[in-house]
Amino acid sequence: MAKKINSYDDLMNYFKEKEPLIRNRIDLTDKNQKRQILVCGGTGCHASESKLLVENLIKLIKDKGLSDKVSASQTGCFGFCEKGPIVKVFPDDVFYIEVKPTDADEIINRHIIENKVIERLLYEEPSIKKKVETQQEMSFYKKQERIALRNCGIIDPETIDEYIANKGYQALGKALTAMDQDGVITLLIESGLRGRGGGGFPTGVKWSLAKKNNVPEKFIICNADEGDPGAFMDRSIMEGDPNAVLEAMAIGGYAIGASKGYIYIRAEYPLAIERLQIAINQSREMGFLGKNILGTGFDFDVELKYGAGAFVCGEETALIHSIEGMRGEPTTKPPFPANSGLWEKPTIVNNVETYANIPPIILNGAQWYNSKGDVKSKGTKVFALAGQINNVGLVEVPMGTTLREIIYEIGGGIRDGLEFKSVQTGGPSGGCITKEHLDTPITYENLISIGSMMGSGGMIVMSEKDCMVNIAKFYLEFTVDESCGKCTPCRVGNKRLLEILTKITNGNGTMEDLAELKELSEVIKDTSLCGLGQTAPNPVLSTLQYFWDEYVAHVVDKKCPAGVCQKLVKYEINAKCIGCTACARVCPVECITGSVKQPHVIQQDKCIKCGACYTKCKFNAIDKN
Amino acid sequence: MEKFNPEPKIKTLPDELYKKLDSYIDDLSVDRKDPRKKGNLIQVLHKAQGIFGYLPEEVQVHIANRLFLHHSEVSGVISFYNYFTTTPKGKYCVSVCMGTACYVKGAEKILNEFEKMLNIKAGEVTEDLKFSIDALRCVGACGLAPVVLINDKVYGRVKLQDVKKIVEEYLVATESEKKE
Repeated sequence: MAKKINSYDDLMNYFKEKEPLIRNRIDLTDKNQKRQILVCGGTGCHASESKLLVENLIKLIKDKGLSDKVSASQTGCFGFCEKGPIVKVFPDDVFYIEVKPTDADEIINRHIIENKVIERLLYEEPSIKKKVETQQEMSFYKKQERIALRNCGIIDPETIDEYIANKGYQALGKALTAMDQDGVITLLIESGLRGRGGGGFPTGVKWSLAKKNNVPEKFIICNADEGDPGAFMDRSIMEGDPNAVLEAMAIGGYAIGASKGYIYIRAEYPLAIERLQIAINQSREMGFLGKNILGTGFDFDVELKYGAGAFVCGEETALIHSIEGMRGEPTTKPPFPANSGLWEKPTIVNNVETYANIPPIILNGAQWYNSKGDVKSKGTKVFALAGQINNVGLVEVPMGTTLREIIYEIGGGIRDGLEFKSVQTGGPSGGCITKEHLDTPITYENLISIGSMMGSGGMIVMSEKDCMVNIAKFYLEFTVDESCGKCTPCRVGNKRLLEILTKITNGNGTMEDLAELKELSEVIKDTSLCGLGQTAPNPVLSTLQYFWDEYVAHVVDKKCPAGVCQKLVKYEINAKCIGCTACARVCPVECITGSVKQPHVIQQDKCIKCGACYTKCKFNAIDKN
Repeated sequence: MEKFNPEPKIKTLPDELYKKLDSYIDDLSVDRKDPRKKGNLIQVLHKAQGIFGYLPEEVQVHIANRLFLHHSEVSGVISFYNYFTTTPKGKYCVSVCMGTACYVKGAEKILNEFEKMLNIKAGEVTEDLKFSIDALRCVGACGLAPVVLINDKVYGRVKLQDVKKIVEEYLVATESEKKE
């Protein structure tokens, strides 16, 4: 049975007792301490058998009688998902990449027993073309500053003691014992923290609206319905530091006067659900959730609610209806949830990352946070880098960092030496940003001014091999699929947009279609009920604006410059053909003719453009135009 | 107990599964007069789909009666959310992630390859109920794009030529089950 913490003093004593647990992960100067091996336990690394790796390490340590010299445990996401699974050895500060379960032997025998660094598991820093041992030497980490992700890669997310050892629940203690409700809200307003879910509404202001309502029952909701495809920062926070979310929700509960919180989480995130549930159970046992928290008389509890695969439920009114057990359809605002939300009670809905920022703000003060970032966008932001980029992963940078820094310095540039074409931010609600805007400092306002938006922080990088018309079509397919159908502009309008885009990618588009795309997009934006519909045409509008030539190529020349749109591709056999007949045999419609050892020919009128011959040919004898 | 909806004429699913679901609903101790009783619905549907594998009409009516709701309300919620299905899934459910990160790395081709190999379309199930295919929204493992899930097992950085291997792996598994 875990110890029950009954007061703030109790907490501070417990902190002093547990602090050594993680001391050598933060203070790396004393190299004589017991070693600790931390293995990434995020979804990405889990899929690469990192769990088995931890089990192997633990077993080896036990078998070899090394338990007093070294321990092994899992931790949250290090962010460098590209090279996962990641292993870090403390206090040596050695960072290993792409570690397999079978590497456990070598880590124990060579690193721990023989004190030798394992060269082959080190990362080669491209800028100096040398293997490096520490995170600090890697350009992926140089520009990063971790606030929301502060515990990811440091603590074991399934052990509340390690959270407490890194000052966990002290912010809640401070708020409950040394601050009044308005004090917490004022501090948040002064810190400049804005919602990290997309809109960027000042968090403190939102809380003050809910606090003003003088009713006995209010609710705190955590929006963990991370539906943007390509975004995984919220998932990583919940998997790596679930207690931070609970602590911040309790602080919110205190500030606005709520005693019940809900985390609305996607059912597609089983690991995050498991870790949150463990954290809820542990913090209930220790008394950070429940009745009379820290002996202050404040009651607060948190319950998980599962989403069921509806993107629109990321919209706060839809989310609230889903918790009520209804279809997740949005309603018009006002009334805002802060006045009338869950079961018509004042309700605060904040995103996971927003919550993760709150405990350090309470502990370190508004000034500390306010001094980071840009003029109107304070603090840091977590981005999920994905797509055609060398270093796929999770990065946290101060607001105001430029896209170029993120893509080229942190992200290591474009994969396979290809040319950068565009970066898509804000998911299906955002837009595509081009080369000319790479030096824009990232803030809420700047992204909107260049036709995109912050969104939740997904960044999909695209190269010359991606067709922008096709990408716009991809996002439209998504929104058409996810439109709840309540309002006509979104339900019907987006469907028409998709039809036009399909027509264009099939090679049947006209210039009038392009004009119509633009006009219809504007109408949908102006007349849709909720955020989903109002932003759904953004991918179309931004690609129309920045990649007009590409649309024209599809419409006028009937060509897809990137060679993606299948119906517009033309396969032709060139002079390199040696007549091996491989292509003719693989062709499903038998449209390739020619005799053995003679150049073959593709009959264009019969070709279905499946590309089978192109993949099969070993002699580069088929051109794709 | 007064029934909200007429009992379905035929109940074909095993009794012990219903008992499992009932014991979960019992623990919720739903009060029919509680205006917030519907708040339990989605959790119960998740549980039921976990038990039965899908949510056919007989299960819907059963849940509606236990939660004092109308069948239409339950059915309306099920049809709204992608996660819930009213048709059975295959023993091995192939889910191809179609999130943006996977899409730009060729997930669509991978999906087509699975469809070709198993001779069914996304959203369908093979006649012997062994395999079904789904196009999934982002699973958040973008570092491993393109990603395919077979039930809960994750396959990362899947290449076109891997598809055959993956399918064969499970075909072998189903064959050896037959022998047992």
